[in-house]
Amino acid sequence: MAFLKRSPWILHYDASSCNGCDIEVLACLTPLYDVERFGIINTGNPKHADILLITGGINSQNREVVKNIYEQMPEPKVVIAVGVCAASGGIFRECYNIAGGVDKVIPVDVYVPGCAARPEMIIDGVVKALEILEEKREKMTGATQIKESARQAAGEST
Amino acid sequence: MTWTWLIGAILFLILAPIVGGLIAGIDRIITARMQGRVGPPLLQPFYDVGKLFEKERAVVTTAQNFYVLAYLIFIAVSGALFFAGGDLLLIIFAFTLAHVFLVLGAYAVHSPYSHIGAERELIQLMAYEPMIILAAVGLYMVTNSFLVADIATATVPAILYLPGVFLGFATILTIKLRKSPFDISTSHHAHQEIVKGITTEFSGSTLAQVEIAHWYENVFLLGFVFLFFAWNPVIGIVAVVVTYLAEIFIDNVTARVRWQAALKSGWLAAVLGIANLAILSYMMLGGV
Repeated sequence: MAFLKRSPWILHYDASSCNGCDIEVLACLTPLYDVERFGIINTGNPKHADILLITGGINSQNREVVKNIYEQMPEPKVVIAVGVCAASGGIFRECYNIAGGVDKVIPVDVYVPGCAARPEMIIDGVVKALEILEEKREKMTGATQIKESARQAAGEST
Repeated sequence: MTWTWLIGAILFLILAPIVGGLIAGIDRIITARMQGRVGPPLLQPFYDVGKLFEKERAVVTTAQNFYVLAYLIFIAVSGALFFAGGDLLLIIFAFTLAHVFLVLGAYAVHSPYSHIGAERELIQLMAYEPMIILAAVGLYMVTNSFLVADIATATVPAILYLPGVFLGFATILTIKLRKSPFDISTSHHAHQEIVKGITTEFSGSTLAQVEIAHWYENVFLLGFVFLFFAWNPVIGIVAVVVTYLAEIFIDNVTARVRWQAALKSGWLAAVLGIANLAILSYMMLGGV
């Protein structure tokens, strides 16, 4: 069953963005866009989240925070980098404290371009991410099945 | 009385998660419409719980799983006793014990967010516990029985004797349904303060169990509301629906209060209940 695609819960983290993309992310929750139509909920808790929506180019202070949040999210999970800063560091790329993109710290699955990214594009990015999420889930259940059967085989042999 | 009680209990155990999930779905749609949104599909709560069972089992300490399972079981037991027509006092004690297990589950981990949620859940317990017992006492005074089976079949219109108790119960119902202004320990909405309160450290299937327990709990509480109107089942069902719609409305028009205000409101509701019972006992002693 694919419940995951129907109920993606999002965690939004601002990794030194200028706040432009963050406002657009929150605009997705407003009555005009209403992402709850797709079962999307904005949680504040990494342990409940399926999708990490991250804005900004990550500075040296929140590098560890981003890693920590990512590791706390239970599998399967996907990361969406929203805005050009999250993709490459954008206008802040040359700054001494900017890592230059989310993918320098954690693996990113979907990049949403724009400065700031429009709500339609963010929703589009989330829909793209749902396909990847579903792939990861199938891979995960496949891996656990293989592990289970291997364990059973080992149990029988001993 | 031979086997009918068992049928009530089994029907509750099977149907309550379905009914509770549907109520949650309707709740979310109505809430969305009140906010000018379209809202999620009706079956969204089932998708959410199904999803949670698909996720990785990330457990901080194994003790928390045990406590959450105990929470689910005791909520189901108290609801099953209720629909089996059991003793209202026993049901309330089982119900309280269930929440104690939830609090212990939140305390089992070292997260400060989880601890704050657990503390607030304890405050909520303190706030609603007097009123819920007064509701049972009030129903006893009117029907002369603590057995749900007797109260539900009584021909006395309990609501006419217990308007204050019912209003008090409606107040604490807001706490129990985890709705604003009293959703201080955790909330259904996309709020973010104090991470997610008592459920912060529960994820995957453990969180799904908390959610299913909440469905059981809601059906049980709406059953409790029905007892006030049990002399006429049609009025009873209408009253349950109206009460729940009023709760959704209050949820959407109020902001969350501080825990002090939640505690005071719960106890003020209890004072209202006590005043009602005092007047009732005065009348029953032949004062009028």
